Order: sequence, then structure tokens, then C-alpha cells
Amino acid sequence: MTDRTRAIEHQTMVFDEGIALDCGARIRPLRVAYRTYGRLNESRSNAILVCHALTGDQYVSETHPLTGKPGWWELLVGPGRPVDTERFFVICANVLGGCMGTTGPNSEMTDEEGRGLGRPWGIDFPPVTIRDMVRAQAILVDALGIPRLFSVIGGSMGGMQVLEWASLLPSRVFSAIPIATAAYHSAQNIAFHEIGRQAIHADPNFHGGRYWQHGVVPARGLAVARMTAHITYLSEEALTRKFGRRLRTGPMLTFTNDLFEVESYLQHQGSTFVRRFDANSYLTITRAMDYFDLAAEHGGSLAEAFRYSPVRFCVIAFSSDWLFPTAMSREIVRALNAAAANVSFVEIASDKGHDAFLLDEPDLFRTVSGFLAGAAERWR
Amino acid sequence: MPEGAVSVSRSGRPLSDRLDLRLIAQMVAPRSRVLDIGCGDGALLDILVHEREVDGRGIEIDMGLVTAAVAQGLSVIHGDADVDLAFYPDQAFDYVILSRTLQATERPREVLAQMLRIGRRAIVSFPNFGHWLVRWKLLCTGRMPRTRVLDRPWYDTPNIHLCTIADFFMLCEAEGYRVESWFGVDEAGRKTPWRRNRWLANLFAEQGLFLLARG
Repeated sequence: MTDRTRAIEHQTMVFDEGIALDCGARIRPLRVAYRTYGRLNESRSNAILVCHALTGDQYVSETHPLTGKPGWWELLVGPGRPVDTERFFVICANVLGGCMGTTGPNSEMTDEEGRGLGRPWGIDFPPVTIRDMVRAQAILVDALGIPRLFSVIGGSMGGMQVLEWASLLPSRVFSAIPIATAAYHSAQNIAFHEIGRQAIHADPNFHGGRYWQHGVVPARGLAVARMTAHITYLSEEALTRKFGRRLRTGPMLTFTNDLFEVESYLQHQGSTFVRRFDANSYLTITRAMDYFDLAAEHGGSLAEAFRYSPVRFCVIAFSSDWLFPTAMSREIVRALNAAAANVSFVEIASDKGHDAFLLDEPDLFRTVSGFLAGAAERWR
Repeated sequence: MPEGAVSVSRSGRPLSDRLDLRLIAQMVAPRSRVLDIGCGDGALLDILVHEREVDGRGIEIDMGLVTAAVAQGLSVIHGDADVDLAFYPDQAFDYVILSRTLQATERPREVLAQMLRIGRRAIVSFPNFGHWLVRWKLLCTGRMPRTRVLDRPWYDTPNIHLCTIADFFMLCEAEGYRVESWFGVDEAGRKTPWRRNRWLANLFAEQGLFLLARG
């Protein structure tokens, strides 16, 4: 399955000089897989960068070449959508450490001179951070000839990248929309990730991360990781509404071979996930999220991360999101207020949990399109 | 363009012609930095941003109104004046506006102090409980007065800290705030002719409108 994800020809750009990472290592060359939608205008003022979440990728607004499913944010991004591709030039890149064409654990390992070593990085891929991911995106945005992005938008881990963009490269971001996210990963967030990682490590097919040597993938472990994570993306209310206690196997309990619909759903989520995702990528990216703490990068003060920020922010949270609860968005908002930054903040009422940012939420769409319109009036 | 597309959403709403908002807008210097507390759907911010070119921000406690304001392209956060003002730095704004909301806050004195900490000036309007009709109704009926401005029954009103124009003058004096200008206004927000006389204003104005600075 690692092979399957590599078999597809992704649109990429290769940077021979590579990228210097927070951990001190340098990866060269750097390959960034990306997709663009719409046209860049002459003044190069209509570019919007979309940042994807943990298991997302660059196929935002088109049929996915591997899964055949619609783009993961087609409701928000596309012609006539809030992020209107008839008006904006939308870019989305697979994150550093990912497995959809950008340099990551399943790419060919290279030495310091950039020479291929004839084997994947696998478990030897250096640890990356959210800031490294943003630097890789910035290298791509440079190469596309865009001096300043009109907006950077993302949910969950994508929102972490949005915050990092605004903090690291404020002069290159005009507006920022961090959605269902936080300025740091909480102990609870880390704990859930650790369950997923342990499941992968416990799979006999993991082989200490060198599963590529054995021609297998730790599908069971990765599926369990996905199943655990998936529960955290949903609210109890949403689970009850979708599945309740309904059985897949019959009208009533027989106490033999019963299968609840929610079990069947989770198993399906797990098994389809392993077909498109690499286990070492999952380990690398969950680690990057766990490391993320924007305040810590600025002497412990989140407000310091946004000091004198010229960026216009629109922070969005969802009422039933318990993975990145509203309180965490409010912390960001208070820090932005303390930094006297320009910020809007809405908590959208939804019972769909963390996943709401990917779903049909009219208030989300109204907020994003209104915010972008207001920002467009003030573009300088 | 389809409905909701970005290029049409802002021009869709005409600017409010509410007189009380107009009167407040006139007190604000062009191109200044303004925070509107309890900004509702952003009607005043819209005027200030478009006609006075201010850098305007808002706080609103009602989530539906916040979404409406942000969807208009205004910079508004969901928050509570009693809690969230503490997170702003000193003197971050030229004006902090609290229109018809002071009486609904839990700690009006602290809110005022915060306003004059984070802003160089504060603009405050509130219903005048000294208005003759309020006095008359209480005197005659012996029940909590209800008027055009104070239109909710006592058990269902957000207005928990009502005061008169005379009370407000006394608070400003006690706290050491300078009243730079003030008006008695009627419900629609029209300035009333007795605005130079505190005693008459306290009897005949439906609302008080004050421009304050730290003394």
C-alpha cells in the first residue's frame, strides 16, 4: 500500500537545495506535491493557500486520484464557493512528511549531498515540525512567484499551519483563517495520538518501521490508529444520530456475531485509510502536531507570537468540537487581542464535533466568504 | 455571481440611518482606532468603517449577531464585556464605545475602568432611569416602569444596573473621569434642547450619551 501511494504521478516541484529542519537536519532535495485551482491574477494578489489536516492532502477540490472520492473541501473551495476559485488562485500542498508526493518517510532516502540511497526513509525520516511544514510551503509559494498570500486557510492541523504562517511570515500573509484548531496540542490530544502510534508499533508487520524491507504494511495497527482518531473527530451526539445502537447483523441482539453499525463504520474507516496512508507518515505527522506549541516558540507568550502582526485573523471554532474545543480558540483570540491584532472570532453551533469544519455548515461558509470580502476591500 | 459570493456580500446591506448611531459616529474622529462593545450585527461599525474610515473592531455576546457581523466583513469577536476587555493592552484604541449596554453588564464600574484603560476615550450611552415617564409610572402604578427604551418586564430584562444621568455624572466624578461632552437624547437618538442643563436632562432625556476621558 505504500507502493500504491507512490505509484500515482502527483504534480510536484523539486528544490535541489532542500530544506533545513528545526531538528538540525537538512533534507535535500525537497519535493513538494501540490495542486492549484483558479488563475493567479496579474498583480499576484489573489492567492490563497489551503493547509490540510493530519490525514488530508493536496486534492482539495477535485476527485481524489487514489480513492476516487470528491475533494476533501469541495464544499468550501471551488467555483462559486466561499473560497471562489473563479476569483482566487488556490494552492494546496501535501505537507512535509506526508505520503501524497511531498518528501516524507516513503520517499527515497537521500544523503547530505542529495544522492538517492535506493531505499525509502522509513523510520529514519527526520522529525519535522509544523514550522518545517510551513517553510516547505513557503518555498513552493516563492517558486510560484507569489510575494504575499491574500489568505491562508486551514482546519485542525491545517489551522496550526495557518497560525505558524501568520507568526513566522507575517509580511507574507494578508489574512489568516485558523479553523477548529489550537496554538498547542493538549495533553489529551497527545494521549490520543499516542494510542494510535502504539497500535502501529504493536502490529507485527511494523518491523520496527522497516516494513518496506518485508514487503508488508502494518495495516492492522494503522487501521486501529485511524479508528481511535476518528472517534475524536465526532461528537457523541453525531455518533448517536448516525448509528445509535443499531445492529448491522440483524434486528436484535443474538449474543453471537453481533455487529453494531458503529463498529462496522469504524472498521470501514480503518480499512479504507490504510490504502491511502503510510504508517511512518502517520507517526511523523502526529509527532509534528504533538510538538506544536506556538507560545513556546516565543518565550512562553502566545501574544508575543503575534506582536505587531499586520495580519487580519478570523478564528473559527465549533461548539461540539471536544478535540479542539472553543476554549482553545478563545486562547488564540485573547492572545491576538493582547497583541492588538485585527481579529474576528465565531463559535459556530454544530453537533457534528471536530469534523464539522469539513461538513456542510452554512454559518462556516457565510463567515468565510464575508471575512474574505471584508479583507479584499482592505487589501493593500 | 451566485448569492453569498464574496464580491457582493458587503454592499448588500445599506448603512444604518439610526440617529443614535449617527450621533455616536459624529463623536469619533476619522481614521481612528475604535472598539465597539456589544456591537450587535455591526450597524455602527459599518458606518464608522465606511464613512469615518476607522480601524473598527467589535465584541458581541450573541453568537448569531457575531456571525452576521463577520459575514459583513467586519472584525468582530464573540465575547463578553465583563470578561474579555481584560485581555486588551493599554491604550490600544482611540475610542471604546459602549452603546446601550452599560446597564446590562455585571460590573459597570469595572467595565468603564477597562474601557478607559484600553481606550484613550470612552463613548457610553445608557437609558436614563430619571426620565419623567419612568418616575411617573413608578409613582402612579407602584410597579416597575416600562417605557419605549426599557421595554422588558423586570423578570426578563437584561438591564440589571440601571442609573440616571445624575447618577452617571456622580460616578464619573468619583472615578475621576473627565466628561468631554454629553447629550441628553430621546429614544430615536435625537439631541434634546435641554442638553446643557443636567437637571432638565435628567428629567426629560430618555438616554444619556457621554464622551469620557481619563481625568
